[in-house]
Amino acid sequence: MTSLLSDPAATARAAVQTVLDDLAAIDRTGGRGVVVDSPPGAGKSTLVRTAARDLAKAGEPVMIIAQTNNQIAGLAAGLAAENPGLRLGRLSGEDYAAARSPLARFSNISIDTKIIGLNECAIVLATAAKWARVKDHRWRWAIVDEAYQMRSDALLLVASQFERGLFVGDPGQLDPFTTVTTERWTGLTYDPRHNAVDVLLAHQRAAVVERRLPVSWRLPASAAALVSPAFYPYTPFAAGVANGVRELHFTTAGVRSPLDDTLDLARRTGWALHQLPARHTSRTDGEVAQAAAGLAARLLARGTVERCEHHPGGRPLLPDDIAIGVVHRDQAEQIRRLLPGTNVPGAERVVVDNANRLQGRQFEVVIVVHPLSGRRDATAFHLEAGRLCVLTSRHRHACIIVARAGIPHLLDAHPATDPVHLNVPVKFPDGWQAHHSVLNHLQIHTIAAPG
Amino acid sequence: MSTLLALARIRAARQGRAEPLRQVRHYHLVDEPLVLVTAAMAGEAAAPLACMVGTDRHRPVLLTVSQPRNRDQQQAFYAQLAAVVLPYIRRRENALQQLPTHTGKAARQRCADAPQLIVANRATVEHLRLVGRSLRFQGSREPGTTQAPVALLGRWLTFFTEQADYPGSCLLLPMTRQLAAHWASGQSALEDESLAALLAWIEPPSGLSGAEAALRTENPVEFPPAGPATDPTFDLVELEPRMRAHRHALAAGDHTSANRSAAKLERALDAQLRPTWNQLWSALALLRAIPPAARCARRWDDDRDQFTRHSLHLMHGGPPQPVHDHPVEAARRLAALERASHMFEDEQALDDPFVLAERRAAGAAFAGIVISREPDRQARSPKGRRVLRPRFTVRTDDPPPLTRDQDLLNPHRPRATARIHQITHEQSGTHLIIMEITSGMGTPSRPAADAVPELGERVCYTASPSQWAQPEFPSRDQTPWTHSHPVPPAPARDLDPHDADPA
Repeated sequence: MTSLLSDPAATARAAVQTVLDDLAAIDRTGGRGVVVDSPPGAGKSTLVRTAARDLAKAGEPVMIIAQTNNQIAGLAAGLAAENPGLRLGRLSGEDYAAARSPLARFSNISIDTKIIGLNECAIVLATAAKWARVKDHRWRWAIVDEAYQMRSDALLLVASQFERGLFVGDPGQLDPFTTVTTERWTGLTYDPRHNAVDVLLAHQRAAVVERRLPVSWRLPASAAALVSPAFYPYTPFAAGVANGVRELHFTTAGVRSPLDDTLDLARRTGWALHQLPARHTSRTDGEVAQAAAGLAARLLARGTVERCEHHPGGRPLLPDDIAIGVVHRDQAEQIRRLLPGTNVPGAERVVVDNANRLQGRQFEVVIVVHPLSGRRDATAFHLEAGRLCVLTSRHRHACIIVARAGIPHLLDAHPATDPVHLNVPVKFPDGWQAHHSVLNHLQIHTIAAPG
Repeated sequence: MSTLLALARIRAARQGRAEPLRQVRHYHLVDEPLVLVTAAMAGEAAAPLACMVGTDRHRPVLLTVSQPRNRDQQQAFYAQLAAVVLPYIRRRENALQQLPTHTGKAARQRCADAPQLIVANRATVEHLRLVGRSLRFQGSREPGTTQAPVALLGRWLTFFTEQADYPGSCLLLPMTRQLAAHWASGQSALEDESLAALLAWIEPPSGLSGAEAALRTENPVEFPPAGPATDPTFDLVELEPRMRAHRHALAAGDHTSANRSAAKLERALDAQLRPTWNQLWSALALLRAIPPAARCARRWDDDRDQFTRHSLHLMHGGPPQPVHDHPVEAARRLAALERASHMFEDEQALDDPFVLAERRAAGAAFAGIVISREPDRQARSPKGRRVLRPRFTVRTDDPPPLTRDQDLLNPHRPRATARIHQITHEQSGTHLIIMEITSGMGTPSRPAADAVPELGERVCYTASPSQWAQPEFPSRDQTPWTHSHPVPPAPARDLDPHDADPA
């Protein structure tokens, strides 16, 4: 069902309205909350802001639980600008307090390190870690943003503060992280390493309404056609923007080089696999890093212009419209060091980060270093479907993957061997399958580059 | 595997001898550990076959079972084991230290020493975990009644195996893990789980390379497995015929020949366990030869606290450890495990130049020369007070560290933590890092003398092990609605109805 909807905007509006109606009706139904699954770029933040405003206007004080300070800054700024009459509170640690906060410029946001100073606020925002330190305070409503990235034990620390919850998040992204490997809690409904939504549904499924947003506004149609079946096999979504509305074009001619060939292919089809010769390498593979940095630099050097629904007249691509996504922090550091050496002005401002940190962000063009490139084995970490999903669903125009050849063979040599446990629901899709779907799709988008 | 560990393994393979990975020993060793070698019968979980146990290399206690399926014999075996293990523990429970009030903690008691169990490998730890689980719910659970020794043994074994999950804990040490932590062999991590093979790489007999010596240990006649699983050929050729002879003699009422076959069985099992017993003591001697790390003592304090706490719990008639953690307990334990893991890694880096080098190679530490310093720099605290915030600049060839926004520590000035204030790239490829001291610098009127490194000093910074405050977990009866079922499900009638019920 990844074909274009006849009226995506109406479909999306109807989905949001359903959620708002669910929230309004919850007292009648005796429910405990609503879970909203959102594919990449489906207007999750807009939903959070709308729901918060509606609840606050109905006289219900709302707590908003986010996972990082950056998420809060984004949410609070949006809420404050849209609703000048609404009193907002930002509960923060000393590091982010008053003067240094990016929110200090809003007159309707109060910032305090103690909840007592925010008593007048209709909506109070804080990270899960900060909420965990609040004592003896109860709210009728909580909105949990990025709920699939919140760990069950973090929810345990804050859940007694609210009676009903709206949990919003993207189930296809990375699961919360822990270094502790033990089978001690495997199979328990409250395994503290699960995400907040899984633990909630395991205990309160009957009292919770499950909804999802059906339209991705970020992904172009070319991307939705792959990302939806590969990572959301049972909950398909469609792209909200029709073919032909978004376009990239280069203002300078290319040279005959593999890098430019790759860029041309990505410009035309939305996907490209820049494939280097097969080789086993350490994870900081110099040639792959050089290629990723080179692609970003060429994009800038060729004066790329993007045209889309927001800029029908076109606008030049800026360095921070481009991201290079990697798996490990040392890979990011390596590419950051290479960017200034490309001698393209602005190249050093291209965003380079690992999947965990790119989560929730959006760019025009994303260059991905494939998690399995140059590896001799395929570990569960590198196979994780969420990691590949994050990397391949951040872009509005095109996604370019850089990899060594031979990954399909590597996948076939390492079938998933994770044990199956009793009482542990099987997660779909599994990473092995998702990797194969993506590679299969990229086969016809491959440019072979010499090493 | 880190790059340096891979390098060490390659070197070990090339030189035919294990390569040291650590300069100091990161695990505390007590003067009198209790060494334990176990063998279990194939085919039944936790059916004991034999056990060699003791604190004296030359006087081990051998316990055997002639018919492991027989529940009475199993029970008698564990009663004998309890008679060795419990007195060993009790001697340490009784010697208490008085700790004065200390920064927010009330005065309390701590056992002056704690027991330490040494076993061959991870598989033995898992076996003891299973034994603990099968024994700890035995007997009366009425408060006030004394615990049967076997149930008490089960509770202590559970305690030890649970503590073994915490990185850096030294109450129960699987020897292969200790050796592999301190030496890199030229074989795979899976092969390192064989105690004999690992020892062969660390100390190959003269004339043999590590690989040759390790290959020799694959002969199960000369080198019986370290347990708890026994060698299948031994099972078939020695164990089974002797057990059968014993059983038939008993059935025929022939006590003389029953005793004879029992003695033969015991000798066969002794021969199976004795090589591992000797290897464990040799391995202990190897570890003792490495000087202990400075921060070992702090972790051993934690271990003694845990031991004291469990001892008091037993003394006050507390219940046995439940089959499953309660939701709150699970979250609390995960937090504690994560904290222990961070602490152990950070502390090792401060204690051991080898670990620090590994961190530098991975970009988690950097070293360089101090080229300028402002020891008297002052700033305003968030509350508006004047505070001392000295700064200094380090020039480094290392890639800029990946860890920003975090307290860093220099192993040679461990009292002052610092943070990265600014990084500038230089043309030559080096970096200038401006550091700001964030604690341990003293006050403007009384600055600490040794907080700021000197000009020209070579410094190295890595993450500071921080005892970050544990969040306050709710009590059991305050378990939030998201973590409990609306209607309690039928209690699981697994082993113990009271404790198996997670709600």
